[in-house]
Formats: sequence, C-alpha cells, structure tokens
Amino acid sequence: MANALDQIFVNLKHWLLAWFPSAWQPLISMVISAAAIIAVFGSLFAVTTLAERKGLGRIQNRPGPNRVGPFGILQPLADAVKMLTKESIMPQVADRFIFFLAPTMMLIPTLLSFAVLPYGRNMAAVDFDAGLLFFFAVGASIEMSVFMAGWSSRNKLALLGAMRAIAQMICYELPLILSSVTVVMVTGSLSLGQIVDSQAGFHGGWLARWHVFTPWGLAGFLLFMTAATAESNRAPFDLPEGESELVAGHLIEYSGFKYALFFMGEYFGMMAVSGLGITLFLGGWRAPVAGLDWVPSYLWFFGKLGVCIAVFIWVRGTLPRLRADQLMNFAWKFMLPLTLINLVAAAVWHYTGVWSFGGAAAVRWLLGAALIGVPYVVLGRALYTGHGHGPRTYRYAT
Amino acid sequence: MSLLGAGIIKGLVETARNFVGSYHDPERLTTVEYPEERLALPENARSFPMLIFDNDPVKGLRCVACKICEKECPPQCIYIVQDRDPRGKPLKFPRIFDIDLSVCMSCQICVEVCPFDAIKMNTEFELSTEDRFGGLILRREDLAKSNEYYLEIHPTEAAETDARLAAENAKAEAKSRAPAPATPAPPAALPKPPAAASPAPTT
Amino acid sequence: MHTGSLLLLVLTLGSAVAAMSLRNLVHCALCAAITFLCLAAYFLALSAEFVGFAQILVYVGAVAILIVIAILVTRDIAERGEPLVFKPWILGVGVAVLVAGSLVSAVTSSALARDPLPPAPTATVEAIGEKLMTHYVVPLEVIGLLLTVALLGAVLLARPQKEGGNRP
Repeated sequence: MANALDQIFVNLKHWLLAWFPSAWQPLISMVISAAAIIAVFGSLFAVTTLAERKGLGRIQNRPGPNRVGPFGILQPLADAVKMLTKESIMPQVADRFIFFLAPTMMLIPTLLSFAVLPYGRNMAAVDFDAGLLFFFAVGASIEMSVFMAGWSSRNKLALLGAMRAIAQMICYELPLILSSVTVVMVTGSLSLGQIVDSQAGFHGGWLARWHVFTPWGLAGFLLFMTAATAESNRAPFDLPEGESELVAGHLIEYSGFKYALFFMGEYFGMMAVSGLGITLFLGGWRAPVAGLDWVPSYLWFFGKLGVCIAVFIWVRGTLPRLRADQLMNFAWKFMLPLTLINLVAAAVWHYTGVWSFGGAAAVRWLLGAALIGVPYVVLGRALYTGHGHGPRTYRYAT
Repeated sequence: MSLLGAGIIKGLVETARNFVGSYHDPERLTTVEYPEERLALPENARSFPMLIFDNDPVKGLRCVACKICEKECPPQCIYIVQDRDPRGKPLKFPRIFDIDLSVCMSCQICVEVCPFDAIKMNTEFELSTEDRFGGLILRREDLAKSNEYYLEIHPTEAAETDARLAAENAKAEAKSRAPAPATPAPPAALPKPPAAASPAPTT
Repeated sequence: MHTGSLLLLVLTLGSAVAAMSLRNLVHCALCAAITFLCLAAYFLALSAEFVGFAQILVYVGAVAILIVIAILVTRDIAERGEPLVFKPWILGVGVAVLVAGSLVSAVTSSALARDPLPPAPTATVEAIGEKLMTHYVVPLEVIGLLLTVALLGAVLLARPQKEGGNRP
C-alpha cells in the first residue's frame, strides 16, 4: 500500500505512455515529465509568492495581503492578472532582439536544471551520469541573461546593476561548486541519483545517514545554502535588485510580463538550488528517521523544499543587505578558505571511517568539528573585528 | 564581539518571535485594518465645522446668523444668508449656511469667535465624494448636529460648554425674575431658541 | 545525413560567421556563446557527457562572460560599431578553405579514418579522474600553477596605485 502511494506518479506516467505507439514513447515521456515539472513548480511559485508576502508581513508585525481571498489566497491570481495586463514598455533605443530574449534566457536554464533533480524514488526526469555538472553548467548560463538584460536596456543604471549582478554571481559560484565537491568526493559519483542512494540506511537503526549529520556535511550545507542565496540574488545578497538603491538594477526597463518572467526565473532558481542542496546534503527523498519510512518519498522532498523556502523567507526578513565590497570580501576571503578546509575535513572523515573502537563516532565528530570550527573562528575574528570602529580616514578629502 | 554569526542567530530568533507572536500577541501585530477597524481619534481631533442644535434641528439651532464667523473666516469659506419673515423682518436664523470644504482649512477661528457656542468642530473625515462641483459644500441641514452628538465626540468641551450655558441661563432667569424696572427681554446672550421665530424653510 | 546533425552544422557555422561579421559587438559576443553551445552539443552527441557539460560550464559560463565583461567595461553603451569588412574578402575565404582543406585531408588520410572503429570507450567521469590523477598528473599540476600565476598577476595589475593622492 505504501509502495503504491510512493510510486503513484511513476505508475501514472507508465499508464499514460502505454496509450502511445512505441516509436513515439521517448518523446511523449519527455513531454510528460516536462509538463509535470512545469505544472508543479509553476504552482509552487505562485504559492511561494503568497507565502513570502504573508511571511514577511508577519515578521514585520503586519498581516500581509488578506483582501483578495480568505487570508489572501487568491493574491497570486490577482498578481498574475496584473502582470499580464500591464503595458510592456520597451525603450526606443533598446536592443530589441536581446531585450526580448533576456527573460526567456533566464527561464530556460532554470527549467532545464529541474530535469536532473530526483523528486522521489525513481522520479528524476533524466538521470545523467554527470548530473551535478549539468546542473552547474546550466546555472552558469543565467549570468548571460543578466548581462543581456542590463545591456539591452541601454541604461547606465541597468548596466551598473548588471555588472554588479554578474560579479556577485561569479564570486559565489566557486564556494557553491566547491561545497558540493565534498559530497562528490565522498560519494564517488556525479550522478544525483547515486548521491541520494549513498545516503541510504540509518545510524544505529534510527537516524538517517544524511550528509548533513556529519561535521563536513553540516558545514558544507551551510556554505552551500549561503552561496545559493547569493546565486539567486536573494536577501541579504540582493544588491542587484536592491529596491532602495538601484530600483531593480538590471531589470529597470522591464515591465509587465517580461518582469514577471524574470521574477519567475529568480524563484525557480531559488527552488532549483534548494532542491540540489536537499539532494546533496539532506538525503533527497529519504526519510530522516527509520520509523517514518512509510511516508511517500515525494512528500519528503517537497516538505524539505518547503522548509528551505521558509528559511529563505525568514532570512530575508531578518538580515540587512550586504554592500558590494562586503559581499565579495565575504566570498573570497571567508567562504572560499572554509570550503577548501571542508574538503580536507571530508577526506579526514572518510578515512577515519575505519575506526571502530567504542566512541569512535564521537571522536570523529569532534575531530571534524575542530578541523572546521577553528578556522571559522579564527577567520571570523581576523576579518570581522577591529576595523570599522576607529576614526574614519578619507582618501581624497584634504 | 563574539563568534561570527551569533548576531545573525539572535536576529533570526527575534524575527521568529515576531512571526509566532503575531498570531496571538496584539503587540506583535499592530495593524489596524482600516475600513473594518478604526483607531480611536483623540479628543481634540477636528476636521470641519458643524452647527449645534439643542433639541430640534430647525427650532433649536443655536446659530442666529450674526455673520461674525463669516467675517472672521480667513479663507472665507462660510456663506450665510439671514432668514426673513414674510414681511421682510430679519429673523435670528440662517436661511442659508454653507461651508465649502475644499476651502476650509480647519483653523477653528469660527469656533473661537462665535458668541453663541453655535458652531463647533466635527471630527468626521470620511467625506470623499465623486461630485467635484457640489459634493464638497455642506449645507445647513448637513451641518446641523445635535448637542448629544457634540457631547459624544468632544465630552469635556461639550460638558464645559453646557455647564457655562446652563449657568448663564440660570443667571438670566434670576435676573428676569428679580424686580427689574426696565429689562423687558432677557439679555441677547441667551442661546434660547428664538420662540417668536418661525423659520421659513430654506431654499 | 540526419536532419538533426545537418541543423547543428548549419547553426554552428552560421553563428561562427555571425560572430565575426555582425555590426554590434555585443551581438558578436552572444553569437560566439551560441557557437560554444553548439560545440557542446557535438560533444554530447558523441556521448562525452563530462566534456560537453564542462564545455558549457567553462565556455559559456566563464569565457563568454569574460568577453562580455570586457565589452561592458571598455565600451560606451551608445556606440554603434561598424562591421569588420576586409575589402578583398575572397582572400579570407581562400585562406579558410585552404586551412579547412588541409585539416580534412589530414584527418581522412590518417589512421583514424582507415582503421575500423574501436569500441567506444566509456569516458565516464571516474575514468577521466583516474587518468588525470595517475597518468596526467604532472600536466595537471603545471596548469594549476599557471592559473595561480595568472590570478596573482591579474590581482597585482589591478591593484590601485599608491601614489601621493590627488591634491587639488
């Protein structure tokens, strides 16, 4: 019974496929997967916009939208109607073709990256041998769309915003990829399905063997999520679209449906990279404790995705925006060394796995935590104390 | 400064407290959802003038059309035409008393100069209208509000006014009852409804 | 020929020609990115997953961005460029044909075209990694050293000059 519920979508797809002649089946299979992904994540996008507005509202001591439906449930519908009926203005001197193409160039890579994530048991749309590399490759293409948006507007502010956005995305790509390399190293495979499989089994019979329950996994997860927040231009790293500074930066000249597409692309990116973090560190569709194994796998995946999105919203409501130079210092001077040390810690954990004396797990944990924690504290003290509180020196004022 | 990230954790705890508290703690959800709930106005709030009547909106109107407020109004937003009886004798009643809200600046000078406590400040502010040309002019019927309403919106002020008027009334009664040789009529300061006036219906 | 591969061929050559001859510099850069994507498609068609995705990650995600940033930083937005037109263009076409012809003849007359095709090696990531770490480890380290030197040189070049300051 539990197995049937778990595989219900897989069986549904096979049943649908059986209606078509076998020559057409690969194509139809791709179409069904793509349609399912777009439908699910499209509606998740709508729910996320509402959840974000209400969540941010409650954090800021106000109710959030509650006029449109009961508790504001129909607000995404109202937003969609607004976006569709707004006038789509294109500046006269703008580069028409690139201006038109930039939002689609933002959406296509993010939708492509949804294809490799395993949403449940046997539920990845495609399972590449180098699935993780595919994910990062299409993620890197998003920067092109940011540039295209900023350049084609022929607006100096948009150009500044695009430059800052690209610089930020490039800075944080390195910690993102390096923190996922630890998982690849320990698992020995780039395939996301195999990474989820390597997190099977339970410690001592009850706690799952997720990578996040190891010291390098925890550090890697936190680093990955920080870099992911920066990659999808979300607070506190939302300088490119700082509303109070650059008035949406590279998106200044976009209005109406094109702006909605950018917005959608940003949210899709956030959900995709959360999905990757869940796959790499939180055990994908696996249950956290042995007793809850009967819950369908896709419910676990989307539950974890919901928690990740909630944490994103929580962090957005809490932290102020980072300045451009603070952002880049943080990436290069703090996160990069920590990710490299994390690699070493993962190797140490892997090779001390053969220890089997009593209390070995605790010793390994302490060793790993010390290996990562000491540089964290030292780097933190070295970089972030002291300066900023002395008398100001001006370089150009006499 | 302690561990890097301690401040972030503290901030996250505070916002979580805000989020959870907003569901059960009125201090953490301070929004007043406007058309359904309203904030209580302070007692000295004022928006635009109103005329006070004692029992009857026509017979009890305190205003005697002395036109002092019309003269003193800085932007000249009051327009008064005194009532006349069929033979042309002026009556102590305004046939027309218009205040143009788009001109009135709520300075309260008309209230300060009225010798009869006839015009006071109202607190009603939801006066938007779609009629650009006549919608913002309040006529005498719209302006006439009862003394009980005045007591409701400005309790201390109205109570003080009522006490003062009652005292003056009592003094006038006492004076008129005393053997006074040549005081035929009570002093004009009395805001008694002009009993002899038969206010013609205003146009 | 299969229509898919014909289409890919046309797209690759077309975008390469466009990258050389368009008027707007940014359009040229974007066409170059399309060419890189088509090359990645060739790698993927040959079942070399790792190289294909690495091609996208490195070329489209880094090299094209580099070109684009260089344009961003050094060009004015309102500039209307001129297409690069070399008057005796037949000379250019002739040189291209010569180079292509010599390459094609070299490949077709080599052992690759004559011998029967060996079974396709499984170019899995694991195999590539193993080769890199055992057989090709010295070139790997030299490349790493080279990249580090380049990075340090770039940082040194881009440092703000410490002069006496601009006094009015």
